[in-house]
Amino acid sequence: MNIDGVRNGIVLDHIQAGKGMQIYSLLGLEKLDCTVAIIQNAVSTKYGRKDIIKVDGKLDLNLDMLGYIDQNITVDFIEDCKLIKKVHVDLPETLKNVISCHNPRCITSIEQGVEQEFYLADREKKIYRCRYCDTEYREID
Amino acid sequence: MSDIRNLINITDLSVSEIDALIRTADDIIEHPDDYREACRYKKLATLFFEPSTRTRLSFTAAMMDLGGNVLGFENALNSSSTKGESVADTVRMVGCYADIIAMRHPKEGAPFVAAQKTTVPIINAGDGGHFHPTQTLTDLLTIHRKRGSLDNFTIGFCGDLMFGRTVHSLIEALLRYENITFYLISPRELRLPEYMKEKLNAAGANWKEFEKLEDAIPELDVLYMTRVQKERFFNEEDYIRLRDTYILDRAKLVPAKKDMIIMHPLPRVNEISVDVDDDPRASYFYQALCGKYIRMALILFLLGIH
Repeated sequence: MNIDGVRNGIVLDHIQAGKGMQIYSLLGLEKLDCTVAIIQNAVSTKYGRKDIIKVDGKLDLNLDMLGYIDQNITVDFIEDCKLIKKVHVDLPETLKNVISCHNPRCITSIEQGVEQEFYLADREKKIYRCRYCDTEYREID
Repeated sequence: MSDIRNLINITDLSVSEIDALIRTADDIIEHPDDYREACRYKKLATLFFEPSTRTRLSFTAAMMDLGGNVLGFENALNSSSTKGESVADTVRMVGCYADIIAMRHPKEGAPFVAAQKTTVPIINAGDGGHFHPTQTLTDLLTIHRKRGSLDNFTIGFCGDLMFGRTVHSLIEALLRYENITFYLISPRELRLPEYMKEKLNAAGANWKEFEKLEDAIPELDVLYMTRVQKERFFNEEDYIRLRDTYILDRAKLVPAKKDMIIMHPLPRVNEISVDVDDDPRASYFYQALCGKYIRMALILFLLGIH
């Protein structure tokens, strides 16, 4: 399968296979009017399979959010078809407006206009806690 | 706004600041007349979105003994929150009328939101099952005055350790002092939350869980009893099943040390039998008195009055 290279933009590489669409949605890429490509289940020598997203256009990227979702992602910044910077994302110390607190006793459950803010409580276990109520974030279906 | 000091969590204060507050409280107890006019023309707003007797009255008494005035409400029903007003808007408005705000709210983190939205100091007077730092200051002053030190003792927390915000705040504070052992005595359903255990472990503290008060009491220097609060349960059946689990009476005190301090943030329901009240180790009413003095010291500190 052939997909054009990026002229001016970014490439998100080494996305865990299956998470490409989630990142596409969280980054709001559907709102862009430039060329965007999602490659799913590409062959990866390191991980077996991976997803890749290519965006041929300027994008204000939330690296914290990417680091939270998948610490293996690399971000290639491309200018004039050349790689000018490669960033390895990592778990951010704080997360703003990426995840939401599920504690019904938390003020964020009723107060309008407050940011959903979490802090990294345990890097090894990847535990984030709500800045307001200290409740551990757990993904729910 | 950045110069404004707030008290949301007990860890907002350094150990040296807590020690200074305790020294001020000691001085207020020794020389109350020196402080009668300290807050003249200052106003404290007590915003109690959740009912409280002790905390609100002690804040009121503290400000009155400093010569200041008090305004506010004692129930969310008497505030604009019933009309849907946000916490942020309420404190912005109150900040126009008062010099300092003491706030209790059933939602956890509400005082943190308030502190970001106003230019006057915010004191967390209890946010749901989360933190209650002025109770902690009260507890520290009580232990200091009864024991003469805040280092080197074994403290047993008994009752509702899951939702007991007074317990969480006091543990956080004591983790910064030397050589304190924590005995956590509770029913399985109301054990200390994991995030608090993480803090105990991170600080390298000695701690142990018990289900029976009798197993822990002989080694305790301080016994901190708590109420199993009905409002913290979603299910009334669970509340009824657990509320009488841990009741302190004279018989249970027999193996305890003669100089052990019995503390309780109050109000009690039946977790301490009234026949314990006359025991010289019973310190919970003295604790309530300490609450006024330490809040006086805190108000002075946050208003920058020396």
